Amino acid sequence: MRVLAKLLVSAYALAVYGFIFLPVIVLVLFSLQATSFPIPPFTGPSLRWYEAVLADQRLTSALINSVLVALLSSLAAVTLGFLAAWGFARYHLPRSGLLRGLITLPLTVSYLIIGMGLLILFNWAGVPKSLIAAGIGHVVINLPLCFAIIYSQMGDHQVNIERAARDLGAPEWKVLFLVSVPVMWPAIFAAFFLSMTFSWDEFVIAFLLTRFDTTLPVEIWNMLRSGLNPRTNAVGSMVFAVSIVLALLLELAFLRRRRQ
Amino acid sequence: MTGPLVEIRKVSHSFGSHKALDDVSLNVESGSYTVLLGPSGSGKTTLLSIIGGFVHPSEGGVVIRGNDFTRMPPARRPTATVFQDYALFPHLSVGNNVGFGLRMRGAPRAKRIGRARDILAMVGLADAFGKMPHQLSGGQRQRVALARALVVEPAVLLLDEPLGALDLKLRRQMQDELKALQKRVGTAFIHVTHDQEEAMALADHCVVMNNGRIEDQGPPERVYSRPASRFSATFMGESTLLSGKVLDLGMDEIRIDTQVGPVSVQAAGEPGFDVSLAIRPEHITLAPQAGSISLGEAKVVDVVFQGSFKRVSAVSIKSPDVSFIAKVRSNQPVAVGDTVELHAVPGDMIILSR
Amino acid sequence: MPWALVTPALLWTLVFFVLPFIAMVVLSLLEHDGGAATLANYRQFFGNPSYWRALVNSLEVTLTVTVISVLLAYPFAWILAEVVPLRLQRLALVLAVLPFWTSYVVRSYSWLLVLSENGVVNRALTGSGLLSEPMQLANTRAATVIGFVHFFVMLLTLTIFANLKQLSPSYRRAAADLGAGPVRTFLHVILPLTLPGIVVGAFLTFVLAIGDYITPQILGGNNELLMPQLIMMQIGRRGDFPLASALAIVLMAVVTLAYLFCARWLKIERA
Repeated sequence: MRVLAKLLVSAYALAVYGFIFLPVIVLVLFSLQATSFPIPPFTGPSLRWYEAVLADQRLTSALINSVLVALLSSLAAVTLGFLAAWGFARYHLPRSGLLRGLITLPLTVSYLIIGMGLLILFNWAGVPKSLIAAGIGHVVINLPLCFAIIYSQMGDHQVNIERAARDLGAPEWKVLFLVSVPVMWPAIFAAFFLSMTFSWDEFVIAFLLTRFDTTLPVEIWNMLRSGLNPRTNAVGSMVFAVSIVLALLLELAFLRRRRQ
Repeated sequence: MTGPLVEIRKVSHSFGSHKALDDVSLNVESGSYTVLLGPSGSGKTTLLSIIGGFVHPSEGGVVIRGNDFTRMPPARRPTATVFQDYALFPHLSVGNNVGFGLRMRGAPRAKRIGRARDILAMVGLADAFGKMPHQLSGGQRQRVALARALVVEPAVLLLDEPLGALDLKLRRQMQDELKALQKRVGTAFIHVTHDQEEAMALADHCVVMNNGRIEDQGPPERVYSRPASRFSATFMGESTLLSGKVLDLGMDEIRIDTQVGPVSVQAAGEPGFDVSLAIRPEHITLAPQAGSISLGEAKVVDVVFQGSFKRVSAVSIKSPDVSFIAKVRSNQPVAVGDTVELHAVPGDMIILSR
Repeated sequence: MPWALVTPALLWTLVFFVLPFIAMVVLSLLEHDGGAATLANYRQFFGNPSYWRALVNSLEVTLTVTVISVLLAYPFAWILAEVVPLRLQRLALVLAVLPFWTSYVVRSYSWLLVLSENGVVNRALTGSGLLSEPMQLANTRAATVIGFVHFFVMLLTLTIFANLKQLSPSYRRAAADLGAGPVRTFLHVILPLTLPGIVVGAFLTFVLAIGDYITPQILGGNNELLMPQLIMMQIGRRGDFPLASALAIVLMAVVTLAYLFCARWLKIERA
């Protein structure tokens, strides 16, 4: 009975792992395909599709665009989010609950609808489609996230630490830069990193709000029109690899911090 | 300089409908060690926050060295606070924590480091300068918090339950150090605690608070031996309380009809007045002694062995709503269920008019 | 001072979120060519079964996805939190959510590779003789569901795992001490305590899945449309923003209803 239960549990876990990894393995495996179709049988390994991707101007510039949009929009989102969280956590503002609700509201609305709303607004205001427009959209989706993460981490302990700084004569801006920001650093960093990932991966807003210069997910989307293609596998595998390396670095950084 | 260092003038404060402080006045002298003692919710921490500038009182004023500081922010007051949770900056080294106040005052780096090292040496942490707060023990963090507040040379140092997070042994040890440190630097300390032993050990001036009011204040010896109210008689150490009416007056003596019989004590009073008598546990004995009177028979309901003595609780047989607390020598044979006769010397009894 | 801190974020939300929303509401009440005020767009949606059908499809797919994902993820998270040895748990969890890091578009594309007519699954089935002809897997509702479930199993495993780890071990000890066996401990103690977390996860799944365009578009194709696809079609091919706005508002109304339905549990979680 015990053995049977153990066997069932292991089989279940392995099955779920298998399900989770199946598409990734297929993606990476057939990015190494030597022939032009990423379907069985496997004819590789070959790096020719990676070479093709790296030689593709459109893809490399989309990659740079994506990094820029992610970096700048996350910076804006985390700055706005931190300031608002600080304000709401430290001061009693009238209708605080309502206003905090307003800031977090975009979290419940689909990206498609946020993108479409902005498209209508920009059309009406005569703002052309651009990477900046997409970046604005990314701030809209990431600001509530940054706000929520940082606000939730502003505990009473930090209140006393800031009081201590004021008691010792620090003016507000010094309290902010010498105490609050450094003390909140893990939460700020986590919010920034999460925003980066969300912006980096975001498709529909960028799709609606950019035209010629666009981000990597939109460019990959355009590649899908040509059907199954080992070049798409190669791009996907590279994006995956970069994300994994970043995630591991983050994991290591936090792990070392915790060990201290 | 004339007048007290800190004057609290008729301060009241409410949080919503809850009155945290009710018409409190208090003077703190230069170089004194003042302890605010009271249970949680008594208003002692609110009073400290008002002196430190973290809370602005609804009514009344705070005067320090003759200047009104009631509405001044904490940074502009000659006070510094040691927080209950220490509130050390977790991202700064011990040296930078201690030097923070000087940095805010624009002191040059070399001076900052020098002063920080001196103060750290004074609190016995000379070699902790480069460490981070999380590498220190609770007692060490406590000292860093002290050093950080003292480095700006405040006129008054405010300590909010500074020993609350430490274990008992360390707390007693830190008490001695705090007292010695205060004598050395000569700064006035105002210290909030709910621990009466801590209050008695540290205070030059002990302020007993309850329900937003000051119940009693004075030297701890006086507050213990002659408490001014029923509350301070029971909060500052245990007491047996007898209530009664003044019967008649003798030569500087009054006779009081208590629940356990008439008792004559040296005091002034008016016939018909309701009073209470408080007797400290060490003043109640199982055998008569010189000048003592009988408090009647009582049934022992609890005996707790406490090392050098036994704490005996007993209920009066004549008047079961009176419960006695006595401290007797450990070798005295007394057990739960025994009936004993209790005695006390009237001169040891404390008359409380409220 | 405090207003200077919170105003930038509030202003951003007002200008780039609330204002577009108001614009959408206004637009949805206008005629296609920008003429007079009308309810025609809503009437068109509710009156036309092919539009209607998209909402029903969306609800069916999303609910199926939510139920399957929770049912798959709970036991998996439980195994990770309870059966896997403590020192391997972190590694096991990191592995379980590793494919999260593939880009969203790429993830759907990868399933297309797996499910296509000449894909891995069909090759395996025909190669082993279980099937004589390849099955139509891609461009079906099943493919959309599989793609969604893949994503949300990972998400829910994360949240449920965190939930299980937060439970104090004393609950389990107390239950065992009072004579409950493992099954009853689970049913009467663990499950009720993790239920609020499950509801939050399920709500998140519902909200994210019902508004997603990528997965149904890549995996489901155009055989049957879901709401986001219908909306994109109005914007892209037909340029009919008033109708698209009306559809978007209907979709938001559905999400709001779902929120009200779950609000009881969501509130518990916040307290």
